[in-house]
Amino acid sequence: MKRWPAAVLLVLVLAFLIRPGLFAPLLAPLAPGGGPVIYDRANLLSLTLAHLGLVAGAMVPASLVAVALGVFVQRPAGAAFLPLSRSLTGFGQTFPPVAVLALTVPVLGFGTWPTLLALFLYGLLPVFENTVAALQGLPPSVVEAARGMGLTPRQRLWQVELPLARPLILDGIRTASVISLSTATIGSVVAARGLGEVIIAGLTSQNLAFVAQGGLLVAALAILLAQAFALVGDGASRNRATPRA
Amino acid sequence: MIPNRLALVLAVPLAAGLALPFAGLRANRIAAAEPVWLWQALGAPAAIGIALLAVLTVMWGRVLAAPALAAWLALMGVVAHRLTAGGPDFARVSPGAGFWLGAVALALLLADALAQRRPGPVARLTWLAAAWAALALLLQGWGHVSILQEYAARYMTFWAEAQRHLALALGSFAGAVLVGVPLGVLIQRRAGWRGPVMGTLTAIQTVPSIALFGLLILPLGWLATHVPMARAVGIGGIGMAPAFVALFLYALLPIVTNTVAGLRGIPASVAEAARGMGLSPRQRLARVDIPLALPVILTGARIVLVQNIGLATIGALIGAGGFGTFVFQGLGQTAPDLILLGALPTVALAFSAQVVFDALIDLLPGARA
Repeated sequence: MKRWPAAVLLVLVLAFLIRPGLFAPLLAPLAPGGGPVIYDRANLLSLTLAHLGLVAGAMVPASLVAVALGVFVQRPAGAAFLPLSRSLTGFGQTFPPVAVLALTVPVLGFGTWPTLLALFLYGLLPVFENTVAALQGLPPSVVEAARGMGLTPRQRLWQVELPLARPLILDGIRTASVISLSTATIGSVVAARGLGEVIIAGLTSQNLAFVAQGGLLVAALAILLAQAFALVGDGASRNRATPRA
Repeated sequence: MIPNRLALVLAVPLAAGLALPFAGLRANRIAAAEPVWLWQALGAPAAIGIALLAVLTVMWGRVLAAPALAAWLALMGVVAHRLTAGGPDFARVSPGAGFWLGAVALALLLADALAQRRPGPVARLTWLAAAWAALALLLQGWGHVSILQEYAARYMTFWAEAQRHLALALGSFAGAVLVGVPLGVLIQRRAGWRGPVMGTLTAIQTVPSIALFGLLILPLGWLATHVPMARAVGIGGIGMAPAFVALFLYALLPIVTNTVAGLRGIPASVAEAARGMGLSPRQRLARVDIPLALPVILTGARIVLVQNIGLATIGALIGAGGFGTFVFQGLGQTAPDLILLGALPTVALAFSAQVVFDALIDLLPGARA
C-alpha cells in the first residue's frame, strides 16, 4: 500500500493545527460576512489533543476489558455466558451512539464522564466480537499441537492463541477507535471538550467555516488512525511470516 | 433446580435493584428527586413477596424471565399510581436506579433464555410481535410515570416526530438501496471504477455525522435559492433535505460493498452454467446473480437501516426533526424524562428493524442453513 498520501495528510493536519491562519483563505468563503474564519474560542491543537485523549481514555480500557471477556467466554468457567454475550454484542450495536450518550447523562451528569462511559461501552462490542471470532476460528490442529507440546492453558493462550488472533483483534480495535473518534464529536452536545465543540459552535452560529474545519479535522484524524493501525498490523504479519530463531 | 452461573451473576444486579430506590418522587418537573424504596411504596409484606418471586425467577430463569420482566414493568406503574394518589397534580414519579437495574437484569435473563433456545426466524418474529403487544399493554398502566407524562404533554408532536424520523430513516434507506445496488453491479463489472468509487464512499464515512449534516447545508441552500423547482419540493439549507442526503451518503458504502461481495461470491460454475443455458447478461443478472447475492446484499441493507434509524436522531440538530428533537431538548433542559422519551423509541425501532431484517434474511430460500 502506498504510504505517501497518509504522510501528506499528516503534514497538512499538523500545519493546520500549528498555524491555522495559513488556511484561512481556503475557509473564508464559508464564513458569514465579517465573522471569524478560524475557531477562536479555544486553541485547535488543545481541542484535538483533548479529543484524542477522550478516544484513548475510552478505547484502551475498552480493548483490555473486551479482549479479557472474549477470552473468558471461551473458557469452561465462562461458557455459560457465551450465548448471552453473543446476542448482546449483536444487539448492542443496534444501540445508536447518541442514545448511549444521552442515556448516560441522567446517570453521570454533563461533561467528560458520560462521553467516556458511552465511548467505552460502545467500544467494547467490535473488539469483543472480533476476539471471540478470532479465537473460535483458530485451526483445531494448531491448538491440538500446542496441547501436545505440553503447554499449559495459560501458555497456550499467551504463546499461541492470542498471537494468532492478534490481526483480527487489532481489526476490531481499529473499527471501534474510528467509530469512537466520530462519536466523540457528539460528546460536545453534553459539554465534553473536543473537536465537536467547533462543529456545534458552527451549527449554532451558522458559521460553516467552523463546521468544515471541525469535520474535516476529525475525518483526517480517522483516516490517519486507520493508517496507523494498518502499520501496526503489517508489522504483526511480518513477525508471523518470519520464523523465530 | 440449580441456577446456572449466568443466573447467579445476574442475581447480583437484581438484588441491588430490590435494595436501591425503586422510584424518585419530585414535587414538580425540575425539582430534585426524593428516593422511594419498594417497601416504602408498597409496604413490607408486599416487598418481601416480590423478593421471594425474584429468587424463584433466578432459579427458573429460562421459564420465568419473560413474565417476571412484564411484572417488573407493571410494578413501576402501580408504584407511580400509589405515590401520586391524592398528591398535587404536578408531582412526578420517575423510575429510580433500582428499577433500571432490575429491569436490565431481567432483560438479560430473558435474552439468555431466548439465546439458549435458538428460535427460528418465524419464532423470533412472533416474539417481537408479542413483546410489542405486551409493551403497549403495560404502558397503559404507566399513566403516572414521568416519561409517559412527558409523552401525554406532547403526544401530537411525538407522533409527528415519529413520522419524520421514520420518513427520514426509511426514505434515505430506500434511496441508498435503489442507487447502491446498481452501483455495486456496475463497479463489479468495471474494475477500473472500483477504486475511485469505494475510495470516495469510504472517505465520506470518516466525516463525523454532525459535520456532514452541517456541511450539506451549503450546497442545498444554494440549490434552494437558485433552482425554483428545488424549493418547491421542499429542498432547503436546513431541515429534512441535508439530513436526508447525509443519511443517504452514509448508507451507500455498506450497500455497495455487500453487493460487490455478494456478486463475487457466486461460484464460477454457476455463472458458466447460466451462460451455457443461453441467458443474456441481463437475464443472468436478474435471474441468477441477484437472487444468489441477495442474502449478502440484504445483510448490508440491514446494517444500513439500523444505522439510519440511529443516525436520524442527529438530524434534530439541523432542524430535521425526528426523535432527536426530544433528546436534544431534554439535554438542553436537563430533563432526563424527555431524553428517554426520544432515546427509548429510537432504540426500540433500531432493535425491531434488526430482528425483522435478520428473520427475513433467514427466511430467504437457500439462505444460511
